[in-house]
Amino acid sequence: MSLMTWIDERFPATKVWNEHLAQYYAPKNFNFWYFFGSLAMLVLVNQIVTGIWLAMAYKPDATLAFASVEYIMRDVNWGWLIRYLHSTGASAFFIVIYLHMFRGLMYGSYRKPRELLWIIGMIIYVAMMATAFFGYLLPWGQMSYWGAQVIVNLFSAIPVIGDDLSIWIRGDYVISDATLNRFFAFHFLLPFILAALVFIHIVALHKVGSNNPDGIEIKKGPKGNRWSDTAPADGIPFHPYYSVKDIAGVVGFLIIFLGIVFFLPDMGGYFLEAPNFEPANPLKTPEHIAPVWYFTPFYAMLRAVPSFAGTQVWGVIVMGAAIVVLFFLPWLDKSPVKSIRYKGPISKIMLAIFVVSFVILAYLGMKPSTPGRTLLAQICTILYFVFFLGMPIYSKIDKTKPVPERVTK
Amino acid sequence: MKKLIAIFSLALLPLVGFASDAVHLESANIDLTDHAAMQRGAKYFVNYCQGCHSLKYFRYENMQKFGLTKDQIRNNLMFSGGKVGDLMTTAMPAAASAEWFGTTPPDLTLTARLKHGGADWIYTYLKSFYVDESRPFGVNNVVFPNVGMPHVLMELQGVQEAVKEKDEHGNMHVKELKLVKPGRLSAEEYDEMARDLATFLTHVAEPVKLERQHLGIWVMLFLLVFFVISVMLKKEYWKDVH
Amino acid sequence: MSSQGVDLKKRRMLITATAGIGAVGAGFALVPFLSYWQPSARAKALGAPEEADISKIEPGALLRVKWRGKVCWIVRRTEETLKNLKENTGHLVDPDSEVPQQPEYCKNYHRSIKPEFLIAVGICTHLGCSPTYRPDIAPADLGADWMGGFFCPCHGSKFDLAARVFKGVPAPTNLVIPPHKYLSDTKVLIGADDGGAA
Repeated sequence: MSLMTWIDERFPATKVWNEHLAQYYAPKNFNFWYFFGSLAMLVLVNQIVTGIWLAMAYKPDATLAFASVEYIMRDVNWGWLIRYLHSTGASAFFIVIYLHMFRGLMYGSYRKPRELLWIIGMIIYVAMMATAFFGYLLPWGQMSYWGAQVIVNLFSAIPVIGDDLSIWIRGDYVISDATLNRFFAFHFLLPFILAALVFIHIVALHKVGSNNPDGIEIKKGPKGNRWSDTAPADGIPFHPYYSVKDIAGVVGFLIIFLGIVFFLPDMGGYFLEAPNFEPANPLKTPEHIAPVWYFTPFYAMLRAVPSFAGTQVWGVIVMGAAIVVLFFLPWLDKSPVKSIRYKGPISKIMLAIFVVSFVILAYLGMKPSTPGRTLLAQICTILYFVFFLGMPIYSKIDKTKPVPERVTK
Repeated sequence: MKKLIAIFSLALLPLVGFASDAVHLESANIDLTDHAAMQRGAKYFVNYCQGCHSLKYFRYENMQKFGLTKDQIRNNLMFSGGKVGDLMTTAMPAAASAEWFGTTPPDLTLTARLKHGGADWIYTYLKSFYVDESRPFGVNNVVFPNVGMPHVLMELQGVQEAVKEKDEHGNMHVKELKLVKPGRLSAEEYDEMARDLATFLTHVAEPVKLERQHLGIWVMLFLLVFFVISVMLKKEYWKDVH
Repeated sequence: MSSQGVDLKKRRMLITATAGIGAVGAGFALVPFLSYWQPSARAKALGAPEEADISKIEPGALLRVKWRGKVCWIVRRTEETLKNLKENTGHLVDPDSEVPQQPEYCKNYHRSIKPEFLIAVGICTHLGCSPTYRPDIAPADLGADWMGGFFCPCHGSKFDLAARVFKGVPAPTNLVIPPHKYLSDTKVLIGADDGGAA
């Protein structure tokens, strides 16, 4: 009896291999935008491994945290590399996830039957933001401290319970050692929950099958290809075709990623912010505080909403709604076609407006606010919501092009 | 689709440039491979700065990276004994200094990464003290207004006075600095000293920087080879897909 | 699976090349993660050679010095003690220090550079307890033929005043003699010798 048979009688190794790789048929027309799922997994693994290594030398203690990061950067063998991999990885994670989500937006990957797949992905995104937020406090620099201070204070905007809630979150009247300790615990825990969610995301994906740039269901098309008579004609086995393609994608990504790690780890202050090279000082706020770039679109929306009726809760609500609305995307799109390729001009323009507003908001969130910038942020916030809330209307009335029977090159 | 990408990248353009700072910084023009400059900078630092400022994340022995031996470090740069592996702390107790200066003189290990402009900031800062009798130590600084520090190098640089002018909003601001009483060093010598200190402090802020870049080149070359082979592999397999 | 028109040889070659270069890359990537566990610059700085002043040690007394976080003994032996060392030979496991538990220059009956001073790491070679200094002759608990030495309270290992292990005890080897050198008549440097730092 061969070893493989022995294992297969006890664990479905060959079965899993075939169902999810060797005989898992993915559409043959994936383009550039389909690299980012596998890249996101790579970055998650990078974050978990480097994170565990950093935790071996990091001290989650307000009096020691900052010094322990410098200890890692200077005294620990290769500590600088592990830390730059982790700090650059955080930004890289958001870049690949934003591109992955944009792919979904373009090709209608959230549409039936992939609603749940999209929602699980959104949960991953929210968990990722929480992980990043908790992690950003750990270096205990000025930006860490005041960033956490501002975000936790958002909770005090909630009427009645707000103040007590934010004290409960911090475990103190200000961000303190107690806050740092609990943030560290969550920052260590959440990535494992993320990994579990990614597993569920892939299970859901393999149930419904991948979408593709044409937005065609290959399972509903003709059957039979050179590998199998029953598989979709437009499908190719994930392994070896997409595994070799993803290897090339991974190496290409590493060239950019490690290029930043080795030559530009600060990324001009966007990946490692200059004020964070000064230890947290509860008595002195830096001149200008801004969240890290991946949070700034939402931060800009928060600042764009004026307070009225004696509370600033509205900004918090708008910011929360900007995320929540994404969950409902599968039911907002009423277009008869999935992919942007076959949608009409309104949908294309709306998508472009959405992307531009999002990028402008990201930019504005990094800058100190001026009346002009606030107005621009308000316009962009409205456009952001118009893209989603107007979708049931414009996606229905928009012209469409005929969708081909088979996937195109 | 191509249009989308074009719009996307256009929108990213404003992210590239940083808004310029109000104060113009002079270029320090430092060279991180200039070991002699760093050695002089280290000597100036322990003589003029370390009385108040620490480099508490930097070890004396790390100066071997720019060409000093352990014995040279021990004999010329360590005044209070200790091991060469010790961190470069300052002898001044934090509580006492807070009382004298109103604030504890900051640790300078990371100054070059903290201040916008890095080496240029340090260089310009060291050159920008001027007489201001309203300040506790009789000096102010253009780059760091109302700094709580005396001009320690005044004896070397000499005394500078500010020439002020009104800007378009009617606020007074410093137009230029004029040397009114020369110090022991000529202007060129003092610039050289400020440059040496900036070089040393930039090295201290990230001692691994040059090694990081050298290693990065090998990593890139390796990945390029890997990329070519992996693309060839992909192309070979994808011949099957029509 | 059909394989018409497929250059299997080329595919095998490219797979081998990709796997090979990938394995090399993974090997390089492993280096930082493994050396991360080596002692850091701080640990090395704290474990740097330690200077000790031996001028104040009375004959027969023991001075404890910390080196690399471990206790190091400096014992100033009397003429009497040195004479007794030669008589222990028959009861010892390794009287001539054949096992390399000491630098080459301490491979002698007194296991030191100067016969007068014993410098040894005070960690039992059995399971790492620190033996107690028992210079007293023939105490009730250690028996009539005890001529001074070290007794490990954990498992009863016994060593003589040259830190050599006695027969019939759990410890397998003599205690470790650290590299050291005399900087002057009164100063000794533990942890480094003329061959460099340990």
